[in-house]
Amino acid sequence: MVKRLSGLQREVLQMYRQCIRAAHRKPKESQHNFIRYIRGEFHKHRDLARKDFSTIEHLLRVGYRRLETYSAPEVRDIH
Amino acid sequence: MLGNLLKRNAAMSVFSRGLATGVAPEAQKLKTFKIYRWNPDKPAEKPKLQDFQVDLNKCGPMVLDALLKIKDEQDSTLTLRRSCREGICGSCAMNIGGRNTLACLCKIDPDTSKQTKIYPLPHMYVIKDLVPDLTQFYKQYKSVQPYLQRTSVPEDGKENLQSIADRKKLDGLYECILCACCSTSCPSYWWNQEQYLGPAVLMQAYRWLIDSRDQASKVRKEMLQNSMSLYRCHTIMNCTRTCPKGLNPGLAIAEIKKSLATD
Repeated sequence: MVKRLSGLQREVLQMYRQCIRAAHRKPKESQHNFIRYIRGEFHKHRDLARKDFSTIEHLLRVGYRRLETYSAPEVRDIH
Repeated sequence: MLGNLLKRNAAMSVFSRGLATGVAPEAQKLKTFKIYRWNPDKPAEKPKLQDFQVDLNKCGPMVLDALLKIKDEQDSTLTLRRSCREGICGSCAMNIGGRNTLACLCKIDPDTSKQTKIYPLPHMYVIKDLVPDLTQFYKQYKSVQPYLQRTSVPEDGKENLQSIADRKKLDGLYECILCACCSTSCPSYWWNQEQYLGPAVLMQAYRWLIDSRDQASKVRKEMLQNSMSLYRCHTIMNCTRTCPKGLNPGLAIAEIKKSLATD
């Protein structure tokens, strides 16, 4: 049986999807750069404790703010 | 023997007057500051209070001077916003000794037996140390359209004129520097930050409502005519009590309520 996810876990997954979707709206040749960046950022906090709510919420806020920045159409590539 | 030494020193200082000799070193006057620290680069670490000792005899009179002295000499990673150091920019708003105020306008309590605690503005997301995230506050300010709106152009084609009496109405409103001290001291704003506009923004809304040159007051009033944006103010008056510029946002909100009620 699949384990049910908590609200916070679902929120994180939602943000990940939104990030990847934003990456797919970028020009073809730079898409893999965006995806590498997004995965790298998520990977940095992979071993965060599941119950560390305040930290996860903070990282969600930071993540959304960054998503807002790089999803602007003026941003063509990322390193 | 000590007395002799002192006498000799005194005699010498008479002769050396006029030269660039130092004054006898004063005793140190160490004051402890407890400052809120939190580093976003290590988000898993919990925020903590860090102690710093500052010699008040070698420091300016304001809390901002002490903070900058700490940043210069003890810990350069201490992060805070500051700009004008004279209470006109509103950057250095923080919670000092339990009261929201500007660090540059707040005198250091000379009582060295007491510690001074310094926190960022309460109930705001912290970016780092004493720097709060004011994005939401600025969005709300933008939402009240804080600019002159007119449908007609001035008769002489140059300026929108205003009588002296009309200009007087803006006194006590236009001085607001948007430091967010009042909004973040308001319990109503703490619990309803998403919808309630907060005293600072409402005072600016009122400033544009009563401006004799503005012609959009009908639209402006309609924007406030709901249960959340304005009516979450329960006249707690923390805003007026804490305002570092001595303004009265509570009164401005009451005036808006009055003008909406008689509409």
